[in-house]
Amino acid sequence: MGNEESVFFSRVLTELTLSFHIIYATIGVGIPLMIMIAQWLGIKKQDEHYILLARRWTRGFVITVAVGVVTGTAIGLQLSLLWPNFMELAGNVIALPLFMETFAFFFEAIFLGIYLYTWDRFENQKKHLLLLIPVAVGASFSAVFITIVNAFMNAPQGFDLVNGQLVNINPILAMFNPAMPTKVAHVLATAYMTSAFVLASIGAYRLLKGSDHIYHKKALFLTMKIGLIFSIAAAVIGDFSGKYLAEYQPEKLAAAEWHFETHEGAPLVLYGVLDDGEVKYALEIPYALSILAHSNPNAEVIGLNEFPEDEIPPLYIHYLFDGMVTIGMWMTALSLVYVAGVWMKWSFIRTRWYRWLIVLGGPLSMVAIELGWWFAEVGRQPWILRGIMKVEDAATTSGQVDLMLLLFAGLYLILAIGSTVVLTRMFRKNTVEQELADRELEKEGEFR
Amino acid sequence: MTLEIIGISVLWLFLFGYVIVASIDFGAGFFNAYSLFRGKQHILTGIIQRYLSPVWEVTNVFLVFFFVGIVGFFPKTAYYYGTILLVPASIGVVLLAIRGAYYAFTTYGGLEHKRYTYLYGLTGLFIPASLSIVLTISEGGFVEETASGVELDYWALFTSPLTWSIVVLSLAAVLYISAVFLTWYANKAQDEPATELLRKYALIWSVPAIVTATGIIVELKGHNPEHYSRLVDLWWLFAISFILFVGTVYLIGKRKAYGVAFGLLTGQFFIAFFAYGISHYPYLLYPFLSIYDSFTNEAMAVALIIAFIAGLGLLLPSLYLLLRLFLFNKDYVQGKRNDHA
Repeated sequence: MGNEESVFFSRVLTELTLSFHIIYATIGVGIPLMIMIAQWLGIKKQDEHYILLARRWTRGFVITVAVGVVTGTAIGLQLSLLWPNFMELAGNVIALPLFMETFAFFFEAIFLGIYLYTWDRFENQKKHLLLLIPVAVGASFSAVFITIVNAFMNAPQGFDLVNGQLVNINPILAMFNPAMPTKVAHVLATAYMTSAFVLASIGAYRLLKGSDHIYHKKALFLTMKIGLIFSIAAAVIGDFSGKYLAEYQPEKLAAAEWHFETHEGAPLVLYGVLDDGEVKYALEIPYALSILAHSNPNAEVIGLNEFPEDEIPPLYIHYLFDGMVTIGMWMTALSLVYVAGVWMKWSFIRTRWYRWLIVLGGPLSMVAIELGWWFAEVGRQPWILRGIMKVEDAATTSGQVDLMLLLFAGLYLILAIGSTVVLTRMFRKNTVEQELADRELEKEGEFR
Repeated sequence: MTLEIIGISVLWLFLFGYVIVASIDFGAGFFNAYSLFRGKQHILTGIIQRYLSPVWEVTNVFLVFFFVGIVGFFPKTAYYYGTILLVPASIGVVLLAIRGAYYAFTTYGGLEHKRYTYLYGLTGLFIPASLSIVLTISEGGFVEETASGVELDYWALFTSPLTWSIVVLSLAAVLYISAVFLTWYANKAQDEPATELLRKYALIWSVPAIVTATGIIVELKGHNPEHYSRLVDLWWLFAISFILFVGTVYLIGKRKAYGVAFGLLTGQFFIAFFAYGISHYPYLLYPFLSIYDSFTNEAMAVALIIAFIAGLGLLLPSLYLLLRLFLFNKDYVQGKRNDHA
């Protein structure tokens, strides 16, 4: 196998691992916060339903976290196995957040074990809730540290390259690179948003499938509210991300927006197709790209013509970007109408078709997460470390990457089937009605 | 003490932690599967499940900590080990992934089948075997550096008696460490039949563990004489380790002080593991990579050490809490309460 093939298969394997891992990682970052909110509401309102909500979410969460942990271990190792040259270089500058991530993960793992096995151990439930805080903090900080590494790949700083040698290394400066604030905020907000919409989707599905229990209605309303808040946050952060890109990675923004020539008062190209370098059937919003990039309708936006041909990312990232933004907008509108509808007592939000839309919202949000990461990664091409190292120079020289691709594809298939089967069985066997009745009996037994 | 030495000591310490906690985990899975096979599952399953359930995820983190840390402190290892370990490390991580995920599926998800118990037991043997190969490779003689990069000579590796001795040692050590720990744990749980069975396993596996360990030292004489002579210089450390081994076996044999026995065992492995590590110095991969020529820059090293100290300040109390709530909680150990979500 020539090295071109090694590069190709290394890219495919990394893409596969990340695309699979990100599903479980997103849930793993977001759900602890949801559990925390539900348990806190339950304690505050003395409402059994919210407590049970937290309890059932926890059970499901453990399954997803297990897959998240093992696939996270896989990508952690694959970074060195598939991109040894990159890790050798990057290890010198950006090893600190990677190292700190293992501590965050350690912290989370310890307290998750404790939280899971102390549900009825404490008289005071608030004590038990306290044990969840390190889980949620650890999960979110894992995301923060890993995203910092990804931000560094987009906007490397904190070192000087003199004759191919790294000098003046400053690990802190490398961590707080220009891409970091928007990227970290965006990853966190969308993880919370997606987790909320996935849980809302499950609630809506139960309601559609005949259970009319108030438990599901409470769950649905709560998660739609949380989803709305974080989808608005994600939109605001998205605006800042646009300004970051215009300043530091103009080629990524230009490729995503099909902005070919540098000029002032740039319009935003929505949708459309590219036919022989010509944009067709697109929606153009005048001045909108200049506003997105610089908050000024007349500002100059750098176009693709300023970059050498071999340093421009593939133009299909436009579709990824548009897909992500469209889903984000759609979910904001869907949750806004729902929340407003509950307050204003609109009846159509309780119809079957609206609930089906909410059911669809969960998987759709996950699609947006995938599109967003593909956009982030493909949009950085051809660089692995922007301006410093190209992807083709970073990959392993080993000839067995294609076999490893098959091996890992098999693994992910097994894990996907296993986790789906287990999760469905877990909740189908033990319905909410059943569990509420059981707990009632348990309590009566204690009083007698 | 130089930064290089601090770095490698920290990593070696965490690898030692992984060897102990993972051995307990791997061995427990194997004993569980074996007792199912022999129709004696009722004796061991309760004890093993109770120990493993809250801690399985923590075990994994020790390993992640080690491989992230080594790339941090010694970035050149990413290039050398990253390139040559693609296949063995991938196989190891796939097995770990299946094992970890299916543990969660069965324990928390109610997926019950004999098949998974056997799967869990067998991966507990294959994983240490595949991971221990890294130690063999580090001795040198299996890696070639050419113009196009570094390559692993699989044929030489798999036909070397050293490889297979280290594999056998890893298996024997896993089962021995696990059996001694679980004997103590079962005894704390006042579970008479389980204690007796595990005690028997501990005594059986002590023999191959010590025999293969000695055998490997002899084999190194031919394979890597430089390493061998450094090992011999440290004979007194190995002597102390051996005395601790005798102490453990004596206590287990006399049915006395199982907790002390496990303490002695930890000491035995700690001393042997560090004596091996010290004699390996300064090479990470003989003869290509030493801790000096692969070391990161000073700024990063200092940052990593500060992060490590801060992290440890957070971790140690948390680990203590975990142990206090489960390992040292009488009601929990004896199975009187579960409190699972």
